[in-house]
Amino acid sequence: MTVAPRTSAAPRGAWPWILGLALLVGVSVFAIAFGAVSLPLGTVTDALRGVGDPANVSIVRELRLPRVLLAALVGAGLAMSGGALQGTMRNPLAEPYLLGVSGGAAVGAVMAMAFGVQVPAVITACAFAGAAVATLVVTALARVVGGSGDTRLLLMAGVVVGAFANAAILVALADAPPERLRGALWWMMGSAADASWGSVGRSAAALLLLGTVLVWRARELDVLALGSEPAAALGVDVDRASRHIFLVSSWLAAATVAAAGLVGFVGLVVPNLARAFGARQHRPMLLLSALYGAVLLVAADLLARTVRAPAELPLGAVTALVGVPFFLSQLRKVAP
Amino acid sequence: MTAPGSAPRVGAALAFDGIRVQYAGRPLPALQQVTFTAHPGLVTAVVGPNGSGKSSLVRTLLRRAPVIAGRVLLDDRDIAPLDARALAQQVAIVTQREEPGMPLFVREFVMLGRHACRGAFGAPSDFDRALVEESLVKAGIADAIDRTTDSLSGGEWQRVRIARALAQDTRVLVLDEPTTFLDIAHEMAVFELVDALAKEGRTVLLVSHQLNLVARFAEHIVLLDHGRVAAAGDVNAVMRGEILEAVYNWPLVVTRDPAVGVPALLPLRGRGRSR
Repeated sequence: MTVAPRTSAAPRGAWPWILGLALLVGVSVFAIAFGAVSLPLGTVTDALRGVGDPANVSIVRELRLPRVLLAALVGAGLAMSGGALQGTMRNPLAEPYLLGVSGGAAVGAVMAMAFGVQVPAVITACAFAGAAVATLVVTALARVVGGSGDTRLLLMAGVVVGAFANAAILVALADAPPERLRGALWWMMGSAADASWGSVGRSAAALLLLGTVLVWRARELDVLALGSEPAAALGVDVDRASRHIFLVSSWLAAATVAAAGLVGFVGLVVPNLARAFGARQHRPMLLLSALYGAVLLVAADLLARTVRAPAELPLGAVTALVGVPFFLSQLRKVAP
Repeated sequence: MTAPGSAPRVGAALAFDGIRVQYAGRPLPALQQVTFTAHPGLVTAVVGPNGSGKSSLVRTLLRRAPVIAGRVLLDDRDIAPLDARALAQQVAIVTQREEPGMPLFVREFVMLGRHACRGAFGAPSDFDRALVEESLVKAGIADAIDRTTDSLSGGEWQRVRIARALAQDTRVLVLDEPTTFLDIAHEMAVFELVDALAKEGRTVLLVSHQLNLVARFAEHIVLLDHGRVAAAGDVNAVMRGEILEAVYNWPLVVTRDPAVGVPALLPLRGRGRSR
């Protein structure tokens, strides 16, 4: 018997990782340097160390750096969430926004604020609760409509729950003063403008904790992606494992919603990109997705605040402009 | 090093004891009072018309059928307390349908057969790797190891799936309609493989529509009809015209296979026609 050469679990070569890291560093530096006040590279590095004009130090350290970090964390979280959901559902079009779980999280957070909650951690907790409720509703709806197996129904149920969530946010913020109406838009279209070191810390903690759970269960995801009967034959308690992974993915998305509102399509586009880069198994795929999700969202946020400056575009509008054409092109592929 | 799969396997007796399966919302049970044993070293075949309960029987092993009475025993031990992982270490199942999902290398795909024996982290051990290669050789598809699953033909796909089940390194192997969609040569090759795997000592349970091939390869045949065991025993006990005609509800004759002399079934034209 001949022993064929080993192929490692890592994607073909290291170039997607090197490229991704280079892009992340590059686009982050750009994002810190560009804006209403553009700073030369030397000033940026000085300001990062706390040296130089106090105004520049403050812009870099208190405004731009947290904003770039938050965008990176939100992008990474959304991409990992989408990658895990696509695996459990065997559907490359699954992602938290289209499944309505992001919408549920947003409703949870907005409701908390409508009742006067100010503590960010409590608002985040309400977003988690909202995401969990949306997960239950979406899976129950899909089950009622057509057995438990059809993930296309799950996507449809998700879109409907998402629409309901948007309506609920508008209703909750309807009698708010005009400046709060901007808040509604903030939730529904996403923005990293409210970034603070506090929101960066909360997002980082959520990504570290929930992302680790997904990476830890990545091999189960490989098996689940084979379908429920083969997965059961290989020793996975399918219903239980899918439920857990669905919930963890929803919470990962909920943490991003609490920090930056609804940002769609990152979870859809990035995992497919990671697969195109040769990451077939879920562990490298999820990690590579986190990297490119960060790149994509830092770049999207840079565009959002510079293209029409001094006006800011909603972050979710930028990602949707990229994501919708991609969704449509993928739809052709998965059509029976 | 000794290839891990080359030592003779010692099978476990897989016994169904008074199994009754009833799906919610269905008036009749899918299986009732099903009792038989698949013994080590033999091919036990389950045959029967569409809807006779063959797939429900396999689903009891996947824990995806509501078993409301009876037990499934492995060497006289009830499998009910085992979790999915522990069961997958003892029983490997090639399910009837599996759509190729997101593409993997065949090597990675077959390595998923080791899932129930591996931890969450860490590279596969040398034992795992050797077992994967051995399984691919046994399934006659070793040259596909570095291809991707989306490049396989129907016959190759079936063999790769059988290899994945072999990589589970279990005492019991269950195959549900493994030759659907295969042409004659590929179908014969799968039956010969199944026969060889049983001869190594495994317990093999084969669900099949191919009565004539089952008659040639299976030592023990269980005929299901409307969820009950209509006949069970060796080929001469089951392959009888009056039994099969009643179960399949179609006129037929049982003759002798000219090649090996076992009973062979010949369906006739529908009632009232001459040929």
